Amino acid sequence: MLRVEELAKRYGAGAPALAGVSLEVPAGEVVALIGPSGAGKSTLLRCVNRLVEPTSGRVHLGDLEITALGPAALRAARRRMGMIFQEFALVERLTVMENVLSGRLGYVGFWRSWLRRFPQADVDRAFELLDRVGLAAFADQRADQLSGGQRQRVGIARALMQGPDILLVDEPTASLDPKTSRQIMRLLVELAAERGLAAVINIHDVPLAQMFAQRIVGLREGCVVYDGPPSALHAAALTAIYGEEDWSHEAAEGDDQAPAQPRAQKPPLVHRDKARSV
Amino acid sequence: MPRRWSPPPLIANPALRYGLYTGTLVYLVLAVGSVQVNWTRVADGMERGWRFVAAFLNPDFSARWGEIVQGMQESLTMTFTATVVGVALSIPVGLGAARNLAPRAVYLACRAIIAVSRSLQEVIIAILFVAMVGFGPFAGFLTISFATIGFLSKLLAEDIEDADPGQLEAIRATGASWWQWVDYSVWPQVLPRLVGLVLYRFDINFRESAVIGIVGAGGIGATLNTAMDRYEYDVAAAILLIIIAIVMAAEYGSSRLRRFVQ
Repeated sequence: MLRVEELAKRYGAGAPALAGVSLEVPAGEVVALIGPSGAGKSTLLRCVNRLVEPTSGRVHLGDLEITALGPAALRAARRRMGMIFQEFALVERLTVMENVLSGRLGYVGFWRSWLRRFPQADVDRAFELLDRVGLAAFADQRADQLSGGQRQRVGIARALMQGPDILLVDEPTASLDPKTSRQIMRLLVELAAERGLAAVINIHDVPLAQMFAQRIVGLREGCVVYDGPPSALHAAALTAIYGEEDWSHEAAEGDDQAPAQPRAQKPPLVHRDKARSV
Repeated sequence: MPRRWSPPPLIANPALRYGLYTGTLVYLVLAVGSVQVNWTRVADGMERGWRFVAAFLNPDFSARWGEIVQGMQESLTMTFTATVVGVALSIPVGLGAARNLAPRAVYLACRAIIAVSRSLQEVIIAILFVAMVGFGPFAGFLTISFATIGFLSKLLAEDIEDADPGQLEAIRATGASWWQWVDYSVWPQVLPRLVGLVLYRFDINFRESAVIGIVGAGGIGATLNTAMDRYEYDVAAAILLIIIAIVMAAEYGSSRLRRFVQ
């Protein structure tokens, strides 16, 4: 589904944020992208939908080469990539419904969107999605009246409204408490499974990543230093990703303590060769 | 281990620091010394000023009522139309002058318009327009519209530049077109402040319309100027009282409206 080849990004003259990242994510797979702050996780996500323009390398979504598109074709391609953000990034002064419907902006013309006259099918779909994320009663509330967890649900509904093939998820739980974090991660994983979507999730919380992702990719200084299942994320791998620390708490210890992988429909892909190329 | 501590001075070099202090002080003393005051003229003027103040206690609304009404109508019409036209022109200029929205060439052009509009004081613009289109409220209308652009576009552009980048990014990521992006992510963020600024500018424009009348741009200012020229201080007082009342009403109304839209 998503194929990233030798993607590099350099801001100004400093060290590159991404130094040749290659990654393949098949449809239906949930990948957690972990790594220290500044490792290039956010940059990687934003280079996929070109909110950040990569310096070199290629991104393919299905048969489409995203990195070769002109402005209009890029906008059309962005509809297929739903993005979910750390601070939710809802438009605070718009209603929940307007926020969800904004996921259709790539499909409707300016005047329709300006007059808020979205096609009936879109409105039906928006109500369906709000119901699915448990916010059916909140359609006409302003987004800034919701709690953090509710906002992130709206953010998820907005992304799904696009009818995407892939979800790009940037730190979905960083602003949430532990319980809400789990609920949001569970919802994301369920929705991806229901719709057969690929998902790339940037996440700081390693245990949460191990709990919900089928595959973990570790990034350090713009390079992939781990790519494998959560069960193989041993102390050595964590040291490779984050540096020297006491990892006895996070590290996978063996099969008896392998972290739960809820609703993993298929065995996670393993790329041990990359894991060793530290 | 040191035991004495004081906050580091703003200017580290002591010679420079005390040099600047003495320099400023010396200049201040010399500047005050250079102001020449003609005390007999001040004594004369005090009396004239006092007559002016006394007239306020006894304003004459009736003597020139017809002219006052006509002047007020002109001023209010001028203010209203100029505010509407000024706002309509400020919005595109403001969008263009926001660094995070516009390409560089558009940005520079819009900033240049704002700089020109802001660098000229209203009275100077009014003199220019009076010379161009003749005495009367049309010159006032042009002046106020032009001055509104500088004020409103600059503040609108700055508000857009302060907009939350997360919201802008999120709407961009949906595949929205440029206008949809502005409508859904920029506009909701700046609208409440824009409404407040427009109402505030309406106040300012009304006051300006009184001032620029003095240089021939019509409105209540022209009536006021005539009254002053005739030494009719009681009429002038009546006009000023009406201006004060209208400005206060506008101020009160706009603050009510602003609270409503926040």
